[in-house]
Amino acid sequence: MMNWIRILIAAFNALRRNVLRSALTTLGIVIGVGSVIAMMEVGNGSTAAVQQTISSLGANMLMVFPGAAASGGISFGSGSTMTLTPGDAEAIFKECPSVRAVAPVVRMRTTQVVYGNRNWVPSETSGTTETIFDVRQWAVVSGAYFTARDVRNAACVCLVGQTVSQQLFGREPAVGKQIRMQNVNLRVIGVLEKKGSNMMGRDQDDTVVLPWTTAKFRISGNSSGGSGGSNTAAAASAGNHKTYPGSSTGLYPAVAATRAQNSALSVRFVNVDQIMASAASAEEIPQAMEEITNLLHERHRIRAGELDDFNIRDMTEVGNTMASVTETITRLLMAVAAISLVVGGVGIMNIMLVSVTERTKEIGLRMAVGAKAGDILRQFLAEAVVLCLFGGLMGIALGRGCSLAVQEFLGWPVQNSVTAIVVSVAVSAGVGILFGFYPAWKASRLDPIEALRYE
Amino acid sequence: MNLIELRNITKTFDLGEVKLQVLKGITLAVAHGEFIALTGASGSGKSTLMNTIGCLDRPTTGDYLLEGVEVSRQSSNARALIRNQKMGFVFQNFNLLARTSALAQVMMPLAYGERHIQRKEAQKRAEALLARVGLADRMDHTPSQLSGGQQQRVALARALVNNPPFLLADEPTGNLDSKTTVEVLEMFRQLNEKDGLTILLVTHDPKVAAACKRVVKMTDGLIESDAMNGGNAP
Repeated sequence: MMNWIRILIAAFNALRRNVLRSALTTLGIVIGVGSVIAMMEVGNGSTAAVQQTISSLGANMLMVFPGAAASGGISFGSGSTMTLTPGDAEAIFKECPSVRAVAPVVRMRTTQVVYGNRNWVPSETSGTTETIFDVRQWAVVSGAYFTARDVRNAACVCLVGQTVSQQLFGREPAVGKQIRMQNVNLRVIGVLEKKGSNMMGRDQDDTVVLPWTTAKFRISGNSSGGSGGSNTAAAASAGNHKTYPGSSTGLYPAVAATRAQNSALSVRFVNVDQIMASAASAEEIPQAMEEITNLLHERHRIRAGELDDFNIRDMTEVGNTMASVTETITRLLMAVAAISLVVGGVGIMNIMLVSVTERTKEIGLRMAVGAKAGDILRQFLAEAVVLCLFGGLMGIALGRGCSLAVQEFLGWPVQNSVTAIVVSVAVSAGVGILFGFYPAWKASRLDPIEALRYE
Repeated sequence: MNLIELRNITKTFDLGEVKLQVLKGITLAVAHGEFIALTGASGSGKSTLMNTIGCLDRPTTGDYLLEGVEVSRQSSNARALIRNQKMGFVFQNFNLLARTSALAQVMMPLAYGERHIQRKEAQKRAEALLARVGLADRMDHTPSQLSGGQQQRVALARALVNNPPFLLADEPTGNLDSKTTVEVLEMFRQLNEKDGLTILLVTHDPKVAAACKRVVKMTDGLIESDAMNGGNAP
């Protein structure tokens, strides 16, 4: 180890004797490594920006809908059974490792909200849990999210989108206001960030979000059936009182007669209209879908071959776009990296070969005073590696500088890449060894007598 | 025991179709403390003999004993170490490294020794030797800043830095004017007499040969004459 450090120091001193040439030799590596780092950083930044944009559209999102109910040969269409429960949502979160966040959603049929003398019908009113904001990557601009405790307590709170806020409160601050929804007073505790329209053109800001318990138990006031969109299903499946085929238990757990008398609503069967889940990353979407399918099969006691009582949908198209964008950027960068580093390496080899020829006499002398072939090999190899490492370090500075300049003057997003730095230093040392080896080997094979006589 | 013992050394160069025999059976013994001139016309084989003694070249046949040990058939790494430890080289054209200080030149052979020498100690040794050859005030000078005589003295210091028992000088005065030739030869004589350094000097200058104590003359690959002389100062 010490020996190598000494050899590297000696190589450094040898290179210092011809500063200009060493600098020019290493310029190829400087530019190579510099461009790799700048490209990687700018590329990473762009990829991250693209990914963020796309995932704000909900690219990683999976939507679980209840299956179709059918009665007398008439199918009621997707979402017409009441088979999904908040328990399913919780189980998905706990047992599916590829799922980052889960939120059950209770959709309410278009409901009027009233504030003072104004009223408005939001295009979407949903009851959910506090995790929805994580699933949908939705920030608040003022106020705060509701909490798990609010959900447990069915607190009378809600968050409103920008459009609703504008329509009801105009320019007044929305937070703290009391609004009414079907004669239930709700306190606005937060305003959601502007999201614009979704891919189908529907205004996503025209929304009210409240705890699902509030929506289910306070506003629709209907504990045994669904609310909103779930009402149709109530008719379809209420008849047999059996939610899951093959299940021996009834829809409602058996309750002792006395207990049933004491509290009629102590046990609630609740269904949700939709479960939204967010996969940990775009790549993990298929895995997440499989995990959710398996889990729901188990929970809903669906045997192999039986029809599912739920559907899972993802944003395949968006996901594919995102994957191909990322892949293209990465490949482009790889190509640039490879080309510029190879060019730099060939430059090093060229100059090292010239250097060996030029220093033939020196090699002969060193051999005459006792240098072994291995010593000569190591010396030239060390010089090549030192050149490349120096080039690598300067390249890192250059690359960082370039990407900072790009960020500063062009306003492109840039992301620091430690990997890029580590990889390019390793690669530049590797290039030094690879392209320095042949000249060094050639030097070590010289005949000292010939070398001393060389003019 | 003789320092150098050559027994019936021959050297044949294979030039494709022609085989050129340069050394045709050299037998020579050199004792410790000798000061020998090796002379002869161009092509007489003195350079080849010199390279053989310097462990740079291997004889085709014959034995070469250095301090009683056969060295001509050892591995090239072993011979590199022998060159490093047992002998010093001085060349006609000095062979100094360009753009390198005199001090670094002298320290260079120490890097190839069997054991590592601490930088401080190496520097001390190099400084002492440079002072001894009269260059104490020029340690930081590079070859281009030194005169021919000074360059040859740096080369001499480099040759002696490992305290070798003998010195091989290949036309050491060939590129020097007569005044510096006298200076360098005087330095050789002192090293030989005071330190008992064995010196083998290749030259075709009769005046330089006359300064040595023993003159071996070669002709056509054989030793023509081997005579002692007074070792008069030139």
